[in-house]
Amino acid sequence: MKALMFGWEFPPHILGGLGTASYGLTRGMSLQSDMDITFMLPKPWGDEDQSFLKIVSANKVPIVYKEPDWNYLNSELQGRFSPEEYYHLRDCIRESNHHIGTNGIGSVEFSGRYPQNLFEEIRNYDAVAGVVCRAYDFDVIHSHDWLTYPAGIHAKHVTGKPLVIHVHATDFDRSRGNVNPGVFNIEKRGMEEADHIITVSNLTRDTVIHRYHIDPAKVTTVHNAVEPISKEIEAIQPKRNTKDKVVTFLGRITMQKGPEYFVEAAYRVLQRTPNVRFVMAGSGDMMEKMIRHAAYRNICDRFHFTGFLKGKEVYEMLKSSDVYIMPSVSEPFGISPLEAMQVGVPTIISKQSGCAEILNNAIKVDYWDIDAMADAIYSIITYPSMYKFLKEEGKREVDEIKWEYAALKVRKVYDMVLHR
Amino acid sequence: MKSVCFYFQVHQPFRLRRYRFFDIGNDHYYYDDYNNEEIIKRMAERCYLPANKLILDMIKESNGAFKVAYSISGIALEQMELYVPEVVDSFRELAKTGCVEFLAETYAHSLTSLWDGNEFELQVKEHANKIQSLFGVKPTVFRNTELIYSDEIGDRVVGMGFKGMITEGAKHVLGWKSPNYVYCCANNPRLKLLLKNFKLSDDVTFRFSDWGWDQFPLTADKYMDWIANTPPEENIVNLFMGYETFGEMQSAGTGIFDFLKALPKFAAQRNITFKTPSEIFDKQKPVDSINVPYPISWADEERDLSAWLGNELQKEAFNKLREIGDRVRMSKDLKLLQDWYYLQSSDHFYYMCTKYFSDGAVHSHYSPYDSPYEAFMNYMNVLSDFIDRVNSKFPADMDNEELNSLTQTINAQEDVIAKLTKENKKLKADLKAASSEPVAKKSTAKSKKD
Repeated sequence: MKALMFGWEFPPHILGGLGTASYGLTRGMSLQSDMDITFMLPKPWGDEDQSFLKIVSANKVPIVYKEPDWNYLNSELQGRFSPEEYYHLRDCIRESNHHIGTNGIGSVEFSGRYPQNLFEEIRNYDAVAGVVCRAYDFDVIHSHDWLTYPAGIHAKHVTGKPLVIHVHATDFDRSRGNVNPGVFNIEKRGMEEADHIITVSNLTRDTVIHRYHIDPAKVTTVHNAVEPISKEIEAIQPKRNTKDKVVTFLGRITMQKGPEYFVEAAYRVLQRTPNVRFVMAGSGDMMEKMIRHAAYRNICDRFHFTGFLKGKEVYEMLKSSDVYIMPSVSEPFGISPLEAMQVGVPTIISKQSGCAEILNNAIKVDYWDIDAMADAIYSIITYPSMYKFLKEEGKREVDEIKWEYAALKVRKVYDMVLHR
Repeated sequence: MKSVCFYFQVHQPFRLRRYRFFDIGNDHYYYDDYNNEEIIKRMAERCYLPANKLILDMIKESNGAFKVAYSISGIALEQMELYVPEVVDSFRELAKTGCVEFLAETYAHSLTSLWDGNEFELQVKEHANKIQSLFGVKPTVFRNTELIYSDEIGDRVVGMGFKGMITEGAKHVLGWKSPNYVYCCANNPRLKLLLKNFKLSDDVTFRFSDWGWDQFPLTADKYMDWIANTPPEENIVNLFMGYETFGEMQSAGTGIFDFLKALPKFAAQRNITFKTPSEIFDKQKPVDSINVPYPISWADEERDLSAWLGNELQKEAFNKLREIGDRVRMSKDLKLLQDWYYLQSSDHFYYMCTKYFSDGAVHSHYSPYDSPYEAFMNYMNVLSDFIDRVNSKFPADMDNEELNSLTQTINAQEDVIAKLTKENKKLKADLKAASSEPVAKKSTAKSKKD
């Protein structure tokens, strides 16, 4: 079974959960002996782990026929492709892409992020897909998240192979209901063209069915999982600089993540117990508002902001926490509570997050129920048995949530669309 | 001749309201009145009233041949008095027939038999008083909360003057033995035991309306056949059930009431009689003793304490509760004692059970909480407020023994004062007598002189 996947992010250079999920899923799928994955990314950095899949750099694929000098070509390719593969790709150009600005080797530049001209990048990525799908052999097309749906549709129209789209989030989650019509349009078209849709939770599945009016028979839920933590991470020593208990919010400080509920819960807990500190780690467009809010509640001496954390810092922060909390207003899945549970941090999640569907040993509250949230924080930091129980049982539970099992479900979907 | 011994358990806890930690110290009312009232009314309507009426009719129709035993916890009775007094009346009517036995248990349906002998005895006495005042009978057979039993508990129950006790016929305790005999306690053979036949009991409680069961549908005819076909020397069958089986676990629509109604007729055909536990204990001798070093119960597949004290959360809550016991009793504060009973109900611990992957259906069916964690948080918040209230009655840095001797002194002061006054009076009287005598003598002497 060969799959051509379209993705936008891949570790170690990630911006959100999409990269982590893409990595875990492909790695889990690679454990199936007959699975062969080609993964196209807009702009790989060259340090990605390619041991179990082939990464195609969209920004090196020629979409306009050019005859560059051998030396120039070699230096431009930066080892992402051999010149032979480049020529093979160039032979596969069947469409006119002259309206797109290209560089010396006929390929187009990508930022690989989520820039202002995102729609333009999506269109260019689509054009690249037209070349790539002719150049490689595969049985099924798999698009991750809305940015790559047009590419998937393009590949499907060219090759006639079945298209599976993987909904990691919808615009309804990101915008609390105020959807961007452009994004909605792309999502809706992707879902209609797809032969099958995979969603990361039943919550997202419902959104796809009810907001995008998709036939329920076409939508399957495959819950995300979590990679086992590496030795390196396990060896990280927590830096405890305070005797107080630490309660951590970790993630983008945006409307979707519900940071204001965390501040309010903190205010309530602090009215009762002084020996606790709150940390809001991450950055985002609501950060300043949150700082002002904490100041308004007069809890700034106990409420700390760290700014954006990356790589090891995330785990350092997690390991020195007593409680992890994710009060997301709408979270398609949310891998980070699973990561917190892996390092043995008791976790509170909102009922409106997809991971609540599969977790038993985490406390679940409604995102708006600040009192319940405060109560949960209070019990974990006050009652040692509660802390210990959630820590141990949580870890045990999350260690059993493996990408390998998720990958098997995705494989079933492939078999279904291929009528095998 | 075979006999069937029916026993029904009636219990409803005072469920706690959502008690946030901000409420600690601010609000001392812990109970979810709406929910409690709603549930007990529903139970009365679906189960207690129709079942009581049916059983009363059955007793009258059979001229007293049909007999049953009940164990109604003290706090269930309290709730009935509060919300559905007609249920108490209907039990009273049953009591009048003389064919119904009321068993003793702990007042609060608590786990106190496991940790505190004094509290245990207090609660059993309290419950016996309640039964006597409502139904005019004194219980002679004991049944512990959720049929919890061990050799040690058995020993204590004899000491309290009960002739018998009923418990679970747990497989791991009985082994090859049959539950259909009278047994006695290994520590103290004076205590006779009746063991639940869990196969036949659960056939009614859990499987009666189970379409997937190969014996579905269960008829009274077939059921009595099973009982009649037990080996001839086994002459009692103990069917112990929660009373909610009738009408709630198995709704009226499943035909459970008709099943019950038909039982005496088919029993009579097979020469099977009905007996109450005390009748059996009076007439029959135990065949053997059974050894139960570790407590057993009738809950879940394990038949042990793991439904209430299986995980760390339950243990912590339980330890916190029992640590405060001495002080509550010392306080002699009626309001505190009332809350203390209500908080001891085993149900609060049952809700915290995390075994919900295997027996989850049963646990979550009864729980007012979404998850065991919520149950724990809520209970602990209530308990911390309660502990604060108890401690506010006493200086915090004094240990219990010292406190106890002081409270004893304080409580005894009335008596001491009375005693001292009496002594004082007596002394004064003596003094008077003593001082008046010489005067009298003097006067006589004087008069002689004169």
